Amino acid sequence: MITTLIARDLTKIYRTGEVEVHALRGANLDLYEGELVVVLGPSGSGKSTLLNIIGGLDTPTSGSVRFRDHQLTGADESALTRFRRDHVGFVFQFYNLIPSLTAEENVALVTEIAERPLDPAKALGIVGLDERLHHFPAQLSGGEQQRVAIARAIAKQPEILLCDEPTGALDSETGILVLEAIDQVNRELGTTTAVITHNTVIGSMADRVLHVADGVIASIEENAERRPAAELAW
Amino acid sequence: MVMRALDRKVLRDLWHLRGQVLAIGMVVAAGIAALIMSLSTLEALDETTAAYYERYRFGDVFAWVKRAPESVEQRIATVPGVRTVQARVSRFATVDIEGFAEPVMGQFVSVPAERQPVLNQLVLRSGRLPGEGAEDEVVLNEPFAEAHNLASGKQIVAVINGHRRELRIVGTALSPEFVYALGPGALMPDDRRFGILWMSHDTLAAAYDLKGAFNSVSLDLERGANTAQVLQQLDRILEPYGGVGAIAREDQLSNWFVMNEMEQLRTMSMILPTIFLVISAFLTNMVLGRLVATERGQIGLMKAFGYSSSEVGLHYAKFVIGIVFVGSLIGIVAGTWLGRMNTQMYADLFRFPILLYRPSTIAIVIAVSVSLASALLGSVGAVRHAARLPPAQAMIPPAPVVFGRMRLWDTRAARWLDQGSRIIVRNILRSPTRSTMTIVGVAAAVGLLVLAMQWNDSLNYLGQSYFFHAQHQDATIGLAEPQSDTIIRDFEHLPGVLAVEPMRIVGADLSVGPVTHRGSLTGLKSDAWLQPIFDDATARVVPVPADGLVLGTVLADKLGVSIGDRVWLEILEGRRPEVALPVVGLVETYIATPAFINIDALNRMLKERPSAEYVNLLIDSRHEAVFYAKLKELPMVSAVMLRQAAIDSFYGTIVEHIMVFITLFSSLACALGFGVAYNSARIALSERGRELATLRVLGFSRGEISYILLGETGLLIAIALPLGCLLGRGLSELMAASFNTELFRIPLKIEPSTFGLAVIIALAATLISALIVRHRLDHLDLVEVLKTRE
Repeated sequence: MITTLIARDLTKIYRTGEVEVHALRGANLDLYEGELVVVLGPSGSGKSTLLNIIGGLDTPTSGSVRFRDHQLTGADESALTRFRRDHVGFVFQFYNLIPSLTAEENVALVTEIAERPLDPAKALGIVGLDERLHHFPAQLSGGEQQRVAIARAIAKQPEILLCDEPTGALDSETGILVLEAIDQVNRELGTTTAVITHNTVIGSMADRVLHVADGVIASIEENAERRPAAELAW
Repeated sequence: MVMRALDRKVLRDLWHLRGQVLAIGMVVAAGIAALIMSLSTLEALDETTAAYYERYRFGDVFAWVKRAPESVEQRIATVPGVRTVQARVSRFATVDIEGFAEPVMGQFVSVPAERQPVLNQLVLRSGRLPGEGAEDEVVLNEPFAEAHNLASGKQIVAVINGHRRELRIVGTALSPEFVYALGPGALMPDDRRFGILWMSHDTLAAAYDLKGAFNSVSLDLERGANTAQVLQQLDRILEPYGGVGAIAREDQLSNWFVMNEMEQLRTMSMILPTIFLVISAFLTNMVLGRLVATERGQIGLMKAFGYSSSEVGLHYAKFVIGIVFVGSLIGIVAGTWLGRMNTQMYADLFRFPILLYRPSTIAIVIAVSVSLASALLGSVGAVRHAARLPPAQAMIPPAPVVFGRMRLWDTRAARWLDQGSRIIVRNILRSPTRSTMTIVGVAAAVGLLVLAMQWNDSLNYLGQSYFFHAQHQDATIGLAEPQSDTIIRDFEHLPGVLAVEPMRIVGADLSVGPVTHRGSLTGLKSDAWLQPIFDDATARVVPVPADGLVLGTVLADKLGVSIGDRVWLEILEGRRPEVALPVVGLVETYIATPAFINIDALNRMLKERPSAEYVNLLIDSRHEAVFYAKLKELPMVSAVMLRQAAIDSFYGTIVEHIMVFITLFSSLACALGFGVAYNSARIALSERGRELATLRVLGFSRGEISYILLGETGLLIAIALPLGCLLGRGLSELMAASFNTELFRIPLKIEPSTFGLAVIIALAATLISALIVRHRLDHLDLVEVLKTRE
């Protein structure tokens, strides 16, 4: 199995005034090519910090992150920007679409700066939004907005897709539609995918489930079989 | 006293937004400073001139005659409304000052020996008044004495009525009559070439054959006297003695310039502060609107806790008051200082012996309340919005902004727009009011810069036209009496003289129907070329007609005549002929309200043989020194006007005063441009920080997101720049129109380089604000932004 990303002994300490918060206390993580990983943990366990660091949004206090042959730790701001631009797709809890751009334009925003992008319309087709290309975010439902965000994330054909609570702001029915889209992308494009959530039900759609607690990966669970997202319920 | 929590919030909000508060504060301060400066200066000049005029008994009426016996003085005193009469001798003569090659012009004015005149008293600055029987004692006006480094005890030589006389300086003085001491034919005061010289009445009367007589009179009127009637009666009394027409104080040259200067200040005090206060009101509204938007949740909470709508409204109003307070502090300090500087500048120019300056309390009160009112008025929408938000609604985030989709975007033309540029264009279109006001603000800054800097262009143009196109002589010589034209040959024989051209100027009343203009007729030779009739509208020389009048357009408009109409003329000299003449030509001039006539026709009208009282000379510069030396000895010369000297003093004065003016305006305009651009970009940043952080997360570089944010401000500025140039042109036209007087008009002339420089300065001011915002963009907290939902 090829390892896409290796993180070792990650610690992250936030200092706010005189208070020190240890968000990560020596976490180790491997992401294998093409797999779908669900990272589970209660709020404050450090899972978002972990995702931010492996996504090149934040830097660890100590430890190392390696993406293929790129050493991310110690890289400067512009190298991290480059990394995000070329290799990572992000999906956020609150979609973070640009309100002044249509669905198609939001996707085009990323494809314009990517090296081997999908056609924006095709990316939206993958998430089932062929009919909504020219709608502005304000004209789309929450689930639709999140699927636009997924299309935007995958349109550049990233090596890694990172989703931080992608269903957090959605009702379960819509959430499942979004998870289906993520599942489909992972299967069809083979994009290494990590989904962060505190919803344990989602774990069953993954190849592996990582449990985060107190700033470390407390346990790893491998599913013999991935359940289709459509069968999930909460 | 413990500060209430809400008030503490106001202070913290102000501190938190200190950059923007300060930027708006600067604009408010500029408006307040401009208002305080102009009103304080105005008040100071008003009080100073009033006190000066009153204390030294500046006359209400002035008149000149050829020669009137002293008994006439009694008759004038009986005119109803006249309180005091002061008769005197006043003549022009050339003065020879050792070490100064060029001849100097002096206006000799008589005063009683050893005592102050009853009117137009002297402010003795050093020494004493001329003594009884001391025929060689003279008092000089102070600026003239200082310009030549002359003090009591020194000697000068004057050619008085054809006789060279050595005069001993016994004192220096100032006079309310000569606050703005302008020599004949000059556009700007020139203290080196024109001076006032006071001598004892008996001495001057004897020198000019005016013993027991006078040739100048000044009156002091009773309160409420009818000035027009007094002038009329005075004219009637003086007419048989060669009166050339009485004028009221308001037309007295020195006073006219002082009052005109104050009038300009008054215009300025209206225009400038208005621009700044309107824009600061809009800026306050913009920032407050944004604050209310970000504090929706807090407003909901406050209301949920039981704060009333008016308490919430008041809370945000206090924020506005805070901004105005900051601006007021800066504005009052700056305005007081600028006011003092400005007043001092005028005091130096006008040589006031007294100066009553204090920062005008009324001005401060007006300035602060007007800016507070305009800022509160400007923010009323935002405050009301905050006050009206129902608590439950306030606590949910606002509905996402709906962007319109326009057909435009589907066109082929729109395809080249990348997504970043689309964001820019859509955001501008989404908030049209704010975009418009940003454009207006920056355009106003550019407009002010153009307005300030075009003065230089316009005055240069005026100088070019007046001194270089309309005049070609090197010197104009005024003669004590009209001389027969054999004088031309006499001048032709002087060393260095290349050409001589006679000219005659006579005082005249020009009337059409009920409208009368008291002015003069300028008689020119039909082949005049040293001082021809020059039309500024066409920039061409107009031939001198054999018969009829060529009028300046301002005079023609005043009289309501055009070519072919007849004008009734009453010549105020010689045999005082009265005749109707047709208007045969109209010319535009920037200076004065001339009426030209053929000199031969004029002499025929006066029933005099060909004569002149002015000659224009072209002089070979290699023989200048010899020529001047000879000139100083000529008995009949009463005035010498050198073109080069007039040019020097004109441009010298411009450089000195215009630079101060430009510097002041430019700083104000920069504060404006910076304040507007900075706030516009900061608010865009605050509204779209999350969006921009998302783009950064998606892999956009700092440069790319800066383009999206600053590109918006940049595009607005790009639109604003040409509009600002147009606005500057409009403002300049307005200002030029307000300077439109009978004495001079300012042509509107703006060089392309002026527009260029204004644009560059405005760009620099906005660029600084962009750099500050860019600095903030570089420190966006990517992680934080993604966690929150707006």
